[in-house]
Amino acid sequence: MRSFTYERAADPVTAARAVAQRQGAKFIAGGTNLLDLMKIEIETPTHLVDVQDLGFDRIEATEDGGLRIGALVTNTDLAADKRVRRDYAVLTRAIVAGASGQLRNKATTAGNLLQRTRCPYFYDPSMPCNKRRPGSGCGAIGGYSRQLAVIGGSDKCIATNPSDMAVAMRLLDAKVETIDPQGATRTIPIADFHRLPGDTPHIETALEPGELITAVTLPKPIGGRHVYEKVRDRASYAFAIVSVAAVIAKDGSGRIAAGGLAHKPWRVEAADTALPQGAKAAATALLAGAQPTPDNAFKLPLVERTIAAALDTARSA
Amino acid sequence: MKFDTPAGTNPIDRMKVVGKPIDRIDGPLKTSGTAPYAYEHHREAPDAAYGYVVGATIAKGRVRSIDLDAARQSPGVIAIVTAAEAGKLGQGNFNTAKLLGGPDVDHYHQALAVVVAETFEQARAAAGLVRIDYARGDGRFDLDKELKTAPLHGGNSDEGSESGPEHRTGKFEAAFDAAPVKLDATYTTPDQSHAMMEPFASIAAWKGDELQLWTSNQMIAWGHSDLAKTLNIPKDKIRFMSPYVGGGFGGKLFLRADAVLAALGAKGAGRPVKLAMQRPLIANNTTHRPATRQRIRIGCEADGTITAIAHESGSGDLPGGEPETAVNQTELLYAGANRLTAMRLAVLDLPEGNAMRAPGEAPGMMALEIAIDEMAEKLGMDPVAFRIKNDTQVDPMKPERRFSERNLIRCLEDGAKRFGWSKRNATPGQMRDGRWLVGMGVAAAFRNHLALTSGARVRLGQDGRVTVETDMTDIGTGSYTIIAQTAAEMMGVPVDRVVVKLGDSSFPRSAGSGGQFGAGSATSGVYAACVTLREAVAQKLGFNATDAVFDDGKVRAGNRSVALADAAREGELVAEDKIEWGDLGKKFQQSTFGAHFVEVGVDAFTGVTRVRRMLAVCAAGRILNPKSARSQVIGAMTMGVGGALMEELAVDKRFGLFINHDLAGYEVPVHADIPHQEVVFLDEADATVSPMKAKGIGELGLCGVGAAVANAIYNATGVRVRDYPITLEKHLDQLPAYA
Repeated sequence: MRSFTYERAADPVTAARAVAQRQGAKFIAGGTNLLDLMKIEIETPTHLVDVQDLGFDRIEATEDGGLRIGALVTNTDLAADKRVRRDYAVLTRAIVAGASGQLRNKATTAGNLLQRTRCPYFYDPSMPCNKRRPGSGCGAIGGYSRQLAVIGGSDKCIATNPSDMAVAMRLLDAKVETIDPQGATRTIPIADFHRLPGDTPHIETALEPGELITAVTLPKPIGGRHVYEKVRDRASYAFAIVSVAAVIAKDGSGRIAAGGLAHKPWRVEAADTALPQGAKAAATALLAGAQPTPDNAFKLPLVERTIAAALDTARSA
Repeated sequence: MKFDTPAGTNPIDRMKVVGKPIDRIDGPLKTSGTAPYAYEHHREAPDAAYGYVVGATIAKGRVRSIDLDAARQSPGVIAIVTAAEAGKLGQGNFNTAKLLGGPDVDHYHQALAVVVAETFEQARAAAGLVRIDYARGDGRFDLDKELKTAPLHGGNSDEGSESGPEHRTGKFEAAFDAAPVKLDATYTTPDQSHAMMEPFASIAAWKGDELQLWTSNQMIAWGHSDLAKTLNIPKDKIRFMSPYVGGGFGGKLFLRADAVLAALGAKGAGRPVKLAMQRPLIANNTTHRPATRQRIRIGCEADGTITAIAHESGSGDLPGGEPETAVNQTELLYAGANRLTAMRLAVLDLPEGNAMRAPGEAPGMMALEIAIDEMAEKLGMDPVAFRIKNDTQVDPMKPERRFSERNLIRCLEDGAKRFGWSKRNATPGQMRDGRWLVGMGVAAAFRNHLALTSGARVRLGQDGRVTVETDMTDIGTGSYTIIAQTAAEMMGVPVDRVVVKLGDSSFPRSAGSGGQFGAGSATSGVYAACVTLREAVAQKLGFNATDAVFDDGKVRAGNRSVALADAAREGELVAEDKIEWGDLGKKFQQSTFGAHFVEVGVDAFTGVTRVRRMLAVCAAGRILNPKSARSQVIGAMTMGVGGALMEELAVDKRFGLFINHDLAGYEVPVHADIPHQEVVFLDEADATVSPMKAKGIGELGLCGVGAAVANAIYNATGVRVRDYPITLEKHLDQLPAYA
C-alpha cells in the first residue's frame, strides 16, 4: 500500500472538488473493494475523500412511484427494505446472492456499482493487464479465462463486471444520479453507466473526474415474478460464472439481464422481445455476436439453460 | 520402549478416559483468543519488527539486479535481506527449491527478499518499492507435454505413501488381454492448494548466536534440523516452537520461507521479526499437491473377479523433486493375481509439489474408485458388491503378509444399510427431485497406518498434577486432548489433573503430525513415558509396579492404597521414554479402512452439483476420542467435496504460475456447500499397531470422498466425468434437455 492522505467531506460538492482537484484522488465509502486493491497496490490513490458523512443513506419514494436509493445505503439495508422486497424482489435476490453478510453490511449502493473486475490477471500486479496498466497487454487473452467475458470484450480486455446488484439494477432500468465539482447534477441511465472495454478498459464508467454518485433511482414497480439465478461452483461467497435476472409477467413476457458475461451487466432488447418464445430464442438474441474463449465457450449454452431455469422458477413461483 | 510384539492387556484397555468424547482441553483457549498462534507471541517477543516477503515475478530465469535504494529510504525500514545479504545458505532435507532464491529463480513467487520495518504497513509499502530486473528463462510448465518423455520414477511422500518406479506381480498384460470384461480409462486430477486458514507465519528472536523461533509447523524435529541446516548453525542454537497450528494439511510439514526469512530478517534488523506469508503468495511460494494423469486398466471375469489391475500415474515437480505417489493404494486395496503399478515424473518449473493431506492416496483414490464404479457397471454388479467380491485379507503382492485388521466389508455393508443404498437406482439419470437430478455414490476409503518413533517426558508434581512434555504438535486435530486422555488413563487421574505442553524443540522428539501417524505414535510415546513414571511411583511408594493399579488418584495393590501425589511429596518425579517400533509393520499390513457414501443433486438446468448428504463409516483401530476424531473426519469429507467439485490451481502455461492465487480465485467449500455429514466408527482395536491399539483417521476421512462424489454425479446424470474438479462445463453438453 502506498501512502495517501485522507479527508472526510462534509458536503457533496466539497467532496467532488476534493477529488477533482488532486491527481490520483478517489472517493471511499465502504471500502470493501478499494482497500483490498490498495493493499496489493492495484489501486494507488494519493488521497482518499471519505463520503460517509454525506447523509445519502435513505431510501425514499420518488414522485413517479419509484424509489430513490441513497448512494450510501448499505447492500444489507437495501436488500432488506420492505418496499424493495415487495416491488423489486429481483434486486434483493441479486444482492443477497453476492459477497457475504459482513461485506454486504459495509458495502454501499454506489460502491457496488463501482467495484472492479475479479479477473485474476488484474489481481496479479506482475501480470500484463490493460485495465491496471494501460498498454501492458491482456494476460487473460490466451490465458486462464474460464470466468471471463464472452461478449462485448475487445482485443485489449475480456474482463467481466462482478456485481450481482448491478445486473438487477440494469434489469430494472435504474438511473444513477450524480453531482459534479461545480454542483451540477445529472442522471445517467444504468445502461450507459458501465462501459465496454474497447481500447480503454481502464475507463469503466461514464463518470467524469470528481463526479460523485448521490443516489440510484428505480422507476415505478413493474410487477411480474422476480427471479435471480446465479450459477457458481460453490454455493455461497463466489462470483457468478453466469447469472440471470428476470422479471416475468403472467403472459410470459418480461425482461432479462445477465451477469458474468461482459464488462457490464448484459441486457439486449431483442432478448426481452424473444422471451415469450422461450429460453433458446432469448439466449440467441442475448448472445448475438458473442466471442468466447475456449475456456469459457460453455457459458453460451449455460446462459440458455440459466434463462430456462429462471423461466421455470418464475412459472412455479 | 520397543513395540515388537502385539499388545496384550494394558491400562489403556480400561477405557475410562481414553475413548471418551471429551471436549478439547485447549478449546477454551482457542475460543477466547488466548491460545497464541505463531504470529501472536507478543509477550515472548515484544517490540518485534515486521517482515514482508518479496516474491519473484517470473517463473524461471535469473535476477540481473535488485535495486533496493527506494525501499531502503522508505519510512520505517530497518533492514532488507536478499540472497546477497544472507550469504551462503544450506539446503534443508525436505525442500526442493531454495527458500530464499536469487540470483537464480526456480519458480514463481519464490522469495527473493524480506523487507523489515517498524510496522507491517511500512514493510509492505517498502516491499512495493523493491525493483528487480530479471532475465527471463524458458520454463517447462505443461504437464501433458512433459509427461510424453518423462521417465519412470519411484517416490515416497514422507507421509507413508511409497511406491517404486514400476511394480509387477504375475503377468498383467496377458491377463488383461484375456479378460472377458475390461476397463481402460484415464483420469486427471489438478494441482491443489492446502489453503489452510492460518497462513505460514513465524516470529524470530536472536539472543547472541541463539535463535528462538515461533512458527506454525507440523513437524518440530524436521523443521528444527532443516532450519539449522539452512542457516548453517548447530541445532542446539535454535529453539523451534509451534504450540498451536491453524491448519497445515501437509503444507506445514516442512520448513518454509516464512521461518527462514523471519530468522534472516531478525538477524539483519537486530531485533525480533514477525512475518506472515501474504495470502496471494502462498499458492506459488509454498508447496501444493501436484496434478496427476492416471491410467487405470482392470480386467475381470464375468463373475466380477478381478484378474488384472494396472494403475499408472504421471505427475511433475521441480528438478530433484518427487512424484505424487498416486498408485500406492492400488497395490493393496483389491485382490487380483496380475498387477502393475508405475509412476512417471516430469520435470516442471512450476512451484514445488509436495505432501498435501493423503499425498498420493487422495488423488489416487479419486481415480481408482471411479474406475471400480465403472467396472462394476460394466459387469452389471452393484458397486458395493463388486468391492466386497474383490476384498483381500492379504497383501496381493506378498500373500504371506496378512492385514492386521481389515474391515472394509463391514464398513461397506454397514454404510449401505445406514445410507439407504438399496434405494439407489442402478440405472443412472433416473432419480429426480424438482429441478435436481439426484444420485448416490460410494467409494472405499483406504489409507495405510504408519508409526514413527515418538518420545515424551512426564512429570508428577507435588500437587499430584501430571505434566506431559513432547514436541508433538496439535494442528487442530486434538493432540492436546488425546495426550491428556492417555496420561490420565495411565496415571489414574482425571483429565483436568493433566497439563499438556506441546510443540517445542526443547521437549522430547515425537512423531509430529502428518500422514495420520501422529495420534497413534504420539500417544504411544506418552504411554511409554507413563509406564516409566508408574515404575518410579511404585518404587517410591513401595509397590511392585506390575501389581499396582493406578486409579482415581490413588495407587493400590492388595489392601493397600496410597494417594498418587504422595509419590512426589519429596519432589517432582520425572520420567522420559519413547516408543520405537519393531517389525510388526512388516509382518502385517497395517491399514485403515472405510466407506464413503454420498448423495448429490445436479441442477438439471445448469449442471451445478451440490452435495445433499454424506456418510463415512471408518474402521481405524481404537478411536481415542470420538468427538475430535469425528471432527477430523468431517473436515476431511469437506476437503473431499472441495477436491471433487471446485478446487483447482489454474496453471498459466505461458507465465508458469498458478494464476488463481488467492482465496477468491481458489475456491474451497463454504458452509452452504456442506450438508448433513454422518460419521460412524466401527469398534476395532488393532493390537499389532501399538499399545494404544489405535490408528489414524486424518487422511482416511479424505481418501475416496472425491470418487464417491463423482460416482454420485454419474448416478444422477449418466455422464461420466473423469477429470477433476467436476465443474458444470464438464458434463453440461451431455445433460438431458432442460425442458
